[in-house]
Amino acid sequence: MKVLVSVKRVVDPYVKVRVKQDGTGVETANVKMTINPFCEIAVEEAIRLKEAGIADEVTVVSIGDKSCQEQLRTALALGADKAIHIDTSENQTLNQNLPMLIEPLTVAKGLKSLVDLNGYDLVLLGKQSIDSDNNQVAQMLAALMQRPQATFASKLDVKDRTVQVVREIDGGLETIKLQLPAVISTDLRLNEPRYASLPNIMKAKRKPMDVTTLEELGVEVSSHQSVLEITNPPIRQGGTMVNTVSELVDRLKNDVKVL
Amino acid sequence: MSEQNVVSLIIAEHDHNRISTETLKAVSAANTLATYASSSSVTVLVVGYQCQSVADSVACMQGVSNVVVIDDECYQSPLAENLSSLIVKHVQSRNGSIAPYTHIFSAATTFGKDITPRVAALLGVGQLSDVIEIESEDTVIRPIYAGNALAKVRSNDAIKVMTIRSSAFDLPSSQPEQDCEISAIKDKIYAEFTEFVSQAVVESSRPELPAAKVVVSGGRGLGSKENFALVEQLADKLGGAIGASRAAVDAGYVANDLQVGQTGKIVAPDLYIAVGISGAIQHLAGMKDSKVIVAINSDPDAPIFEIADFGLVGDLFEIVPKLIDSV
Repeated sequence: MKVLVSVKRVVDPYVKVRVKQDGTGVETANVKMTINPFCEIAVEEAIRLKEAGIADEVTVVSIGDKSCQEQLRTALALGADKAIHIDTSENQTLNQNLPMLIEPLTVAKGLKSLVDLNGYDLVLLGKQSIDSDNNQVAQMLAALMQRPQATFASKLDVKDRTVQVVREIDGGLETIKLQLPAVISTDLRLNEPRYASLPNIMKAKRKPMDVTTLEELGVEVSSHQSVLEITNPPIRQGGTMVNTVSELVDRLKNDVKVL
Repeated sequence: MSEQNVVSLIIAEHDHNRISTETLKAVSAANTLATYASSSSVTVLVVGYQCQSVADSVACMQGVSNVVVIDDECYQSPLAENLSSLIVKHVQSRNGSIAPYTHIFSAATTFGKDITPRVAALLGVGQLSDVIEIESEDTVIRPIYAGNALAKVRSNDAIKVMTIRSSAFDLPSSQPEQDCEISAIKDKIYAEFTEFVSQAVVESSRPELPAAKVVVSGGRGLGSKENFALVEQLADKLGGAIGASRAAVDAGYVANDLQVGQTGKIVAPDLYIAVGISGAIQHLAGMKDSKVIVAINSDPDAPIFEIADFGLVGDLFEIVPKLIDSV
């Protein structure tokens, strides 16, 4: 079984982002970047499938400018076999460097082309990227492939040509069974990602990395959305410290009247 | 004001008996479009099994002009695969008519997030996720970076597909005398490659988290599953819902579906009480629009105090029992 895992380079989740003064985006120069945490979980799951003898080959792919090769190398160091970089440096002049530059539908189309080319049985993605917070690509890819999807997965069980997935839903959990090929998006509780060891980081430098472009994949970059402005959210007024429980209850009852 | 006729379709979420509160808030979001267009109509699509009561209850909601019901046993446990195909078929059946849909809405619940992007891709359009404000018939505001920035985004598509953050919209009023047409369509679409196996829903007598007026949340500071009972007691005393930080969920104190934050539930109650929660960026993303925030924490430097309206520094095991006694 061949597995494709999509990874995105994002601002580290522990960084407090700063909105640019001119409203064109958030500051990403000299900001710590990392693999999107949900993508990391997807990579880990694929590697576990390989270690369990279920997956024969794990390919990681990232769409973006050259800098995202760094995240692909990290994924290779974690145990992926090969990487594909869909280079969008050429496409970036289209828009004014706004964060939702390559739209989810375009990403999904790029991934769909790769699936058509290489015949992956399973595509694993994070449920959302922590920068654009869209939560769309997996669902869109499944739609374009006309194949089943399981979003927000917290447990996978692959048998023969089916995969049983436990999904996190609002009221609790749901279990569904998909026929492969299928698309699965990962929730936080699917697994605990490992760290890359130094020898594996060294080895990852020699693993193959193919570079292609959306154009080569036959994907037309269309602009379904225009980001007009990025602004700061309203700032919450700094609060008051109270000293006792009775003072707290009094303020809640009499000042803000929520009790 | 644009000359455009806005024709909205709302994808209803329900349990075959009752419409979800989040769907009703998506109706409110759709209603706001009336301001920006020469005419506006709202159709609610109810797909399910023996779900007539859902249709009846949503028909009397302010602004709803049509309810379309597709009722069949094959939608007992609808899956993204067949439901999205069915919705797209319905949308396309209107193309060429005098009132093709211009907007498709769903609530940004796990149901809406699962189905709606698939609908968008099948229609060949983009999607606006987790919309908190509608600025005009094609432009919305949505949070990015865990709510640390707001993006004003314009959709260039003929059909605008979006999911609505329910905490950002009010419930529509009920108008029992309203003229609303309920029609039924027969159409069976089975999921070809997906099979529903089972569902384990956590039973609770407490209000649902996203709809609750009061939410009491616990974090790592509680220390154990047993101690989490303190949070439950306080919530019960206040008639509120319980929530949790990721740390509390990961430590097994409570079930996953109670997680509040960027990747869990987004809430905006009148009163949010954070007990033993430090206030990581990802948690704040899920609750910082609450009207009043109270933080109880032993660490005076915890980031939660920067956004809390009222902060109390101290041992939660002393403070919370006192609080339970005095409210």
